[in-house]
Amino acid sequence: MRIRNLTRHLGLAVVAAFVVAACGSSSSNNSATCSESTAKTATTASACGGIDALVVAAKAEGKLNIIATPPDWANYGEAINGFQSKYGITITSDNPNGSSQDEINAVTQLGTSSRAPDVLDMGKAVTLANLQLYAPYKVATWADILDSQKDPTGLWWQDYGGYMSIGYDSTKVPTITTLTDLLKPEFKGKVALNGNAKQANAALQGVMMANLAQGGTPDNISKGVDFFHQLKQAGNFSPVQATSATVANGTTPVVFDWDYLSASHGKDVPTWKIFEQSNAILGDYYQQAINKNAPHPAAARLWEEYLYSDTGQNDWLRGKARPVRMAAMIKSGTIDKTAAAALPAVNGTPVFLTDAQASAAKDYLVAHWDAAMS
Amino acid sequence: MTIAGSPAVSATAGRPMGGRRLPLDWIGTVPFLAYVAVFLFLPTAIVLGGSVFDVNGSLTLINFSHLSRVYIVKATIQTISLSAFTAVVGAILGALLAYAIAVGNPEGLLRRLTLSISGVLAQFGGVTLAFAFIATIGPAGFVYLWLAQHHADIYAGSIWLFELPGLALVYLYFQIPLMVLVFMPALDGIKPQWREATESLGGGTWHYWRYVAGPLLAPAFLGATLLLFANSFSAYATANALINQGQPVISQQINGALSGEVGSFEPGFAKAIAVEMVVIVTLVTVLYSLLQRRTSRWLQ
Amino acid sequence: MAAVRGGFQRSKRLKLQVFRTVVLLAAGLFFLVPIAAMFEFSTRGVGDKPRTLEAWQLIGTYPDLVAAITASLELAAITTIVMLVLLAPTMVWVRLKMPRLSPIMEFICLLPLTIPAIVLVVGLAPIYNWMGNNFSDSILTLSFAYVVLVLPYAYRSLEAGLAAIDVKTLTEAARSFGAGWLTVMWRIIVPNIRSAILNSAFLSVALVLGEYTIANNLLYNNLQVEIAFLGRANAGVSIAVAVASLVFAFVILVVLSFFNRGRGRLQLADLQQVMRTERG
Repeated sequence: MRIRNLTRHLGLAVVAAFVVAACGSSSSNNSATCSESTAKTATTASACGGIDALVVAAKAEGKLNIIATPPDWANYGEAINGFQSKYGITITSDNPNGSSQDEINAVTQLGTSSRAPDVLDMGKAVTLANLQLYAPYKVATWADILDSQKDPTGLWWQDYGGYMSIGYDSTKVPTITTLTDLLKPEFKGKVALNGNAKQANAALQGVMMANLAQGGTPDNISKGVDFFHQLKQAGNFSPVQATSATVANGTTPVVFDWDYLSASHGKDVPTWKIFEQSNAILGDYYQQAINKNAPHPAAARLWEEYLYSDTGQNDWLRGKARPVRMAAMIKSGTIDKTAAAALPAVNGTPVFLTDAQASAAKDYLVAHWDAAMS
Repeated sequence: MTIAGSPAVSATAGRPMGGRRLPLDWIGTVPFLAYVAVFLFLPTAIVLGGSVFDVNGSLTLINFSHLSRVYIVKATIQTISLSAFTAVVGAILGALLAYAIAVGNPEGLLRRLTLSISGVLAQFGGVTLAFAFIATIGPAGFVYLWLAQHHADIYAGSIWLFELPGLALVYLYFQIPLMVLVFMPALDGIKPQWREATESLGGGTWHYWRYVAGPLLAPAFLGATLLLFANSFSAYATANALINQGQPVISQQINGALSGEVGSFEPGFAKAIAVEMVVIVTLVTVLYSLLQRRTSRWLQ
Repeated sequence: MAAVRGGFQRSKRLKLQVFRTVVLLAAGLFFLVPIAAMFEFSTRGVGDKPRTLEAWQLIGTYPDLVAAITASLELAAITTIVMLVLLAPTMVWVRLKMPRLSPIMEFICLLPLTIPAIVLVVGLAPIYNWMGNNFSDSILTLSFAYVVLVLPYAYRSLEAGLAAIDVKTLTEAARSFGAGWLTVMWRIIVPNIRSAILNSAFLSVALVLGEYTIANNLLYNNLQVEIAFLGRANAGVSIAVAVASLVFAFVILVVLSFFNRGRGRLQLADLQQVMRTERG
């Protein structure tokens, strides 16, 4: 009798233990809280209890640190304001003019400080060189991103991009119909790049675009360097750093730049036009990554979810950049049609540099650019 | 009533008890040395020390061998000449301007305003200073356009504003005010009695400057010139705004190796260039102290 | 004879006045015309629109600017005071007691200027990290780095001032009356190098208000960093805010210049005053 009671009690205890364990584990799967430690290693929103739990955890953190994302860059300003008002999380935006390497330097230099950047938005070369610094994460709309545009484990994924263009003030220079127009005497001292070609991606791709327009191949950028050397000899190339002020006052009325960045000159110069030569449509995308030591891991992941929601993607589209989910959104009809129609026209087949080609271009420029420019 | 005359007084003044002189004297410098040890020596050591490591963390001298790259050598020479030129010209013009201000009313409004403007402009630089000049004598600047209308096209050859001569002119914009501020206290130390004494002895302006004021001002003048040299040598933002392509200035090359988008990140190399810069400024400082000693002897 | 002498004096004074006017006019043109050009650009209307102060009005609507201005002013004050307290007594001490240390001090005070700021940040970052984790990561900790940055300029200014007075004699005289070191510094030396102290304070305040690189790379948002943000709004604003920053620094320095009351030269009366107070 006693033994039977014991067995029954044991059995009940075992069953109870199982039930508690089952309840416990299922509640941790659907728990209303997503603690900081789980957020730090969560690779998807569901791993942290679902998007609602993520929102709660992010709100508890209350802050987000972003870097090198000025409000006028691909219309980030709208995304930042939207995120702040939707979730009440304060975004601190640092180093607005920083380069991708500056972002990485900030991550390594600030380490575990509470002011370190949470998320990064970088060019390809720098992204690939620092994989050990990121935390893998896959946004809810991960499937909409092509495999070639993301890392399979979720360390990085592309965000927006555009095509290299020649932007110009049509009242200061004649209409540009082909690259070699720039060698004409009307362009004396007027043509500039956006940044130094040895360091800035926009400038490197500008030289590469000239290279392609001159009949060169993506593997060898020498024709592009030669073109700019010619431009310099003709006195048409301006070594000045092209800023919105130099464009507006007419010192650099012709600038090689990404089409979505070039478009921003339109607010200072209403007669700003964009030219892309049909045999030289050169495109590039930027990459997103989450800092492994992000001081606000839940907010960082929530920010990514926001950027990759239809709202976030359309924000970038309204900044004249092409969001990475564009094809999927056109199919599903969630794209902002007016913004899509306002994109600069592209009348050729786009070319994207592979990592090897970009690296080779960089090496060539580091060795030859300064000489070509002096 | 002479105070300093008594030998007994001057013998006891300033000497601590017990004769343990040297160790106690060091105490006065401890706060300063401790501070710079933490906030200057330590960061400098971190930077300069980093030049002997490669990307994997192993010891190497390869960063120093890279200093022989053609564009580095060229940039070094150009930066030294640019700095020397703007230092000397800035020092002379700045000294003249300081003198023009110093002989005025020491309490006057003019002095207050000019010194305040000098303070502001001495630290003015970068993209905005470059733009200030672009808006004035750039190819779209109103002074240039006015001159061109009157058949004086200053850019007939090439746009020199965007080359080293233009950079030198823009550098003078902050070098001269800096000179005014650091040299003015020396000019304030000139007593009017010296001038009167020289004249009562029959000397003229030439004698006054050559034998009285000159030797007294020479150390401050040379020291200020050295400061101007170092200031110009390490300047970055202004050169980068004006001559973004070609990077003629050595600090631009450092920036290129530490910042950027395309993976041209070479931290060890950047630090090796920093070592080179410290060495150059040290050499110039040694030259300066030799010159100090020579001039003090020569002007005696 | 006196009349000739008087005439000689008058012509010299005239020559000096002419020299002054020419130099000041030339300097005024060289320094103020580019600023006028910037102001002119900032008031241009977009496209064919008429002149407008819109760019300037936009500055007032930027919310983070006030916090940045406050932070930068606090930094300027802290940096200047710490620098003066640290540097001036040390320089006097070295002059009096250890003149052989002088060249070394000179070199130490030139070192911050030999390394470009972006490289210096690489060395400062670990120190700031440690400070942030153990002490404070407030923006005011930037003043530690700023004191070092301002050393070259402040040293040169103070050195020029100290060289112009006979520090040794003054100190010995005061000490012979039993004056303590604090009294010597505060009541004897400082009044005589007022101009040097003021000029080094000018340079210090202007440096802090204009500093961008170190604050930016350590991810602190000081005045110049916020100005960089603001400047991205449009071309006119980027220049308007730069001119505003210059004017702001100028006003601060003019206010500071009113702290320099009287170019106190040590008078016999002062020394007797010291003598009386020390003897009680």
